[in-house]
Amino acid sequence: MSAEHPPEEHSHLSDMDLHVRALRTVLEQKGYIEAPALDVLIDTYENKIGPRNGARVVARAWVDPAFRKWLLEDATAAIASLGYTGRQGEYMVAVENTESRHNIIVCTLCSCYPWPVLGLPPVWYKSAPYRARAVKDPRGVLSDFGVTLPTTTEIRVWDSTAEVRYLVIPRRPAGSDDLGEERLAELVTRDSMIGTGLAKTPGKA
Amino acid sequence: MSYHSHADLGGQDGHGPVNPEREDELFHGAWERQALALTLAMGATGLWNIDTSRSVRETLPDYPSLSYWEKWIKGLERLLIAHGLVRADEIAAGRILHPPRPGLRVLRAAEVPSALARGAPTLRAATVPARFAVGERVRLRATAVPHHTRLPGYARGKIGRVDRVLGVHVFADSHAQGLGEQPRWLYTVVLSAQTLWGNEAAANHSVSIDAWEPYLEPAS
Repeated sequence: MSAEHPPEEHSHLSDMDLHVRALRTVLEQKGYIEAPALDVLIDTYENKIGPRNGARVVARAWVDPAFRKWLLEDATAAIASLGYTGRQGEYMVAVENTESRHNIIVCTLCSCYPWPVLGLPPVWYKSAPYRARAVKDPRGVLSDFGVTLPTTTEIRVWDSTAEVRYLVIPRRPAGSDDLGEERLAELVTRDSMIGTGLAKTPGKA
Repeated sequence: MSYHSHADLGGQDGHGPVNPEREDELFHGAWERQALALTLAMGATGLWNIDTSRSVRETLPDYPSLSYWEKWIKGLERLLIAHGLVRADEIAAGRILHPPRPGLRVLRAAEVPSALARGAPTLRAATVPARFAVGERVRLRATAVPHHTRLPGYARGKIGRVDRVLGVHVFADSHAQGLGEQPRWLYTVVLSAQTLWGNEAAANHSVSIDAWEPYLEPAS
């Protein structure tokens, strides 16, 4: 929102607050919605389902070769084994970044995103600049995120045009050999699982 | 050919830089939370599907100037009005003016976790063999269609290679139009950036899309 309408943000937001409140009131008066269900929906995506889920999947893949193999062959089942299933992640595919190949996920047609492992998509992922440029100028997009890859690295962009949802397994950072799964998960950023970032290096912010 | 999607943005020039955000920046205003919850709760009535929702959003005339959650709210209002659940005068007044449509399935709080964990899987049993195999060269449909589709404009008429066979899935084009699921084989098709964007594109850059069988024909 702020990225697309900075000058009129305040008046615009309050207009939308009033408008959505009016709509909600009508739907409640009609008996179509139950207020506690709305609270549970919001709490779920604000506090329970988010990129820490995906980070645990990646950390497990980094330490457990059998899980990594399962994740690459049948991501839906491997991810479900950690308890992450359902809406906007019904059919998962995991793609692995290597020294020679870097994967980036986009949805040029709307905002398809793997909710059970990453939560709701960030504003930039849904924005016109990302959707327009990721497929044509991925290196330019990466530079917007401060990421530069060697020109010899192959870049594969996955446009999520159907109901398959993609998760990038970022490269395990150097210097992380001694870390346990929990510490490793802290290195896995949301952006690294979309492919617009890299996993953090141990000891750095 | 009256259908026009404003959402087909892949490859468009002139959009400027991407503005990264911190992981904890989720909503920008209380109404955005409500937009999420109202859309999901009303979707649980089962009166429309996700493909219909995408179709109503992508054809909003002011799509380019709307924020993401504004598209959700405007799309939801279109569906509510189209299904006779709410009238425009009620949204303007902020209160009920006409009797409700009876018999709706209402999402209860206790059902939310299981409903989200179940989702809406689109994979269906195969009744015919897949027409294409991994490695095969295919040409993507060149023509525009007068309805919702998930074939991005930048890939139309281009030749790619089947990278994965993803099973038989609900066909978005049919589903969005209320014509039923009509499940079709779905493939990941990979295209070189040079095919898509010309010879100045890097040779080690490729893009894949997920394409249903009706989008594909054999390429010699």
